[in-house]
Amino acid sequence: MSGSGVPERSLVSGWGRAAPTVARITKVTSLDKLEQFVLDHSRGGNLLARGLGRSYGDAAQCAGGDLVDCTGCNRIIDVDSSNAVVRAEAGVDLATLLREIVPQGLFVPVTPGTKWVTLGGAVAADVHGKNHHRDGAIGSAIEGLVLVTVDGRREIGPQREPELFWATVGGMGLTGVIGEASLRLIPIETAFMRVDTHRVDDLDACMSLLSEGDTKYRYSVAWLDAAASGVKLGRAVVTQGDHALVSDLSGPTVEALSYEPPRSIGISFEVPGSLVNSMTTAIFNELWFRKAPKARQGELQTFDAFFYPLDRVASWNRIYGPHGFTQYQFVVPFESADAVRSVIERIQDFGVSPSLAVLKRFGESDPAPLSFPMPGWTLALDVPLGKPGLSTLFDELDLLVAQSGGRVYLAKDGRLRPSLLSSMYPRIESWRETRRLADPDGRFASDLSRRLNLAGTHSAAPA
Amino acid sequence: MNDVTGMPQNVVVLGGSSDLARAVLRDLSARRLEHVLLAGRTPAALEVVAKELRELGAARVDTMAFDAREAATHNALADEASGRLGSVDLVIVAAGVLGTSELDDLDPAQVADEITTNFTGLAAAMIAFSRVMRRQGFGRIVVLSSAAAVRVRRANFVYGAAKAGLDGFSQGLGDALRGTGVEVIVVRPGWVKTKMTEGRPKMPLATTPSAVAEAIVKALETGEEVVWVPNVLRFVMPIVPHVPRRIWSRLPS
Repeated sequence: MSGSGVPERSLVSGWGRAAPTVARITKVTSLDKLEQFVLDHSRGGNLLARGLGRSYGDAAQCAGGDLVDCTGCNRIIDVDSSNAVVRAEAGVDLATLLREIVPQGLFVPVTPGTKWVTLGGAVAADVHGKNHHRDGAIGSAIEGLVLVTVDGRREIGPQREPELFWATVGGMGLTGVIGEASLRLIPIETAFMRVDTHRVDDLDACMSLLSEGDTKYRYSVAWLDAAASGVKLGRAVVTQGDHALVSDLSGPTVEALSYEPPRSIGISFEVPGSLVNSMTTAIFNELWFRKAPKARQGELQTFDAFFYPLDRVASWNRIYGPHGFTQYQFVVPFESADAVRSVIERIQDFGVSPSLAVLKRFGESDPAPLSFPMPGWTLALDVPLGKPGLSTLFDELDLLVAQSGGRVYLAKDGRLRPSLLSSMYPRIESWRETRRLADPDGRFASDLSRRLNLAGTHSAAPA
Repeated sequence: MNDVTGMPQNVVVLGGSSDLARAVLRDLSARRLEHVLLAGRTPAALEVVAKELRELGAARVDTMAFDAREAATHNALADEASGRLGSVDLVIVAAGVLGTSELDDLDPAQVADEITTNFTGLAAAMIAFSRVMRRQGFGRIVVLSSAAAVRVRRANFVYGAAKAGLDGFSQGLGDALRGTGVEVIVVRPGWVKTKMTEGRPKMPLATTPSAVAEAIVKALETGEEVVWVPNVLRFVMPIVPHVPRRIWSRLPS
């Protein structure tokens, strides 16, 4: 028929392994096959592209519908080193991309906290990284996309159908399937980072250091101990750095651009309970916080140590056991910085310990209406699921964030209050109009889009 | 859809005028509730509950005719519910009648009717709704069973037997549905003061509709598959099947 694989019906969830739904999954291995798949499925039912499934909630699920697994559509088409642009099929993952471009003295302009994301998924979520305050989100580094819509292939970019382009950046896969992307790269001299690490004793010190660091470092982030309360609230390890120059390297035997990603340890078994609870989190945080140096300057770190510490353990999400977990990530404007403290306090009062807490400053937004980053403070918290009362807690946090003029990140979300969507994303109506033009019958839908009524059709029904 | 904390947006209640269901919907109104379908056989009683829920201002509430005894209509009913709601996130099986168990008053047709209303008809409806949920790729069914299901008592043996059947069926169906994205939650309240038990003597370890509602909403969040209300019944009831018949059969009405 179309040359795609035979569809398999299976339970699909996000990285948080909660609220799974059943969909048919078909793998495609080329842009032609992808186009054929979309054509075959644009007459009825819902469809959606799925990459490596790193969104935490239900953004890459399509209950009762058809998921197209694009990870096989992953050719690197061309690396133009003189202009520092790579063109690739959107199913390529960042790990593969880096292995190809780093030895050529090039790096990705934006990387999220894991390299196991597809280029298409990264654009659909408009991912940001430790350098957002300087370089923005990935959308601003895209020269062009090939989007496969219900009407076939379209080439779009910031100057070519800009509305559809910016509706696709951060558009959570709801305008069509991204088939190819051209990404501007940044030049690097070495495969190392020059890093300054500081341990700070509270949230105020943490925020000061991050604020000062914005002009001094390209990359800057703080890992918070979310279990620390009272005067210690917000104690953190702040890591800030830049790409190391050849002159920073000391050892004579080091190959400047040699890039060897470490082998990861796998968790392939099912963990019966959760290994993550308040006690283990408190112990882990205490050890990790004490292990961090009070201050260390100019340390050389590999990309994997600086950007991808969590990738070291493959399938680490399994340690949360059968209940899974969620990540609550929000941003509030700089003038509402106190909301960050309030959120942490509220969570601690409730009695849950986020196992991961990351704080960062965002810079300017890009033109994408559904893009998450805005100038302000962003905090991301991993919270194990299963404890009763969490749903009410998160509802309160949503209200706090919305009242502070902020918003929640859809790529992490699994339970946002739909009524707060338009106050958090005030340009959603214009996004809806553009999306409607690209997909009038509402064929592209995800569990996220149905749950939040992203398309604005007020119907949770498969079209 | 059901979100990652288990909260539903669209709910169908089989036995829509039930006091227990009404209490659950009141709690869920504070969460994600958007559209409710109350299904039952007495339109006037359904409207009373619908009106009350609409006043909470959270969800759209509609009613539809449902008679557990008409198994041939269940597939069409489930399809209609699916069409009207868009997605059937949660079905609450709350229908039930409590008839007499006095020997002199028992009539074959009435007994058959009661058992169909309380067990076989609901089992048939659960098959119809689980089919819809499997097609949509997810869904949850909450079944109001009873602590009485654990061991049938002389005092209400017709009711108890039906609940025992419904309870077993629900667990079996839940097991059969593993891997389909559809889950069954069995709720076993002790004696509850409701319209159904009006005029009857209260039993020990009794509970209230709002306690049952709270336990159900908690189970939606925690993923617990068997819910006892009050929770202490979980520890008391395992002893019950071992009480000698000599003693059990002499328990008062």
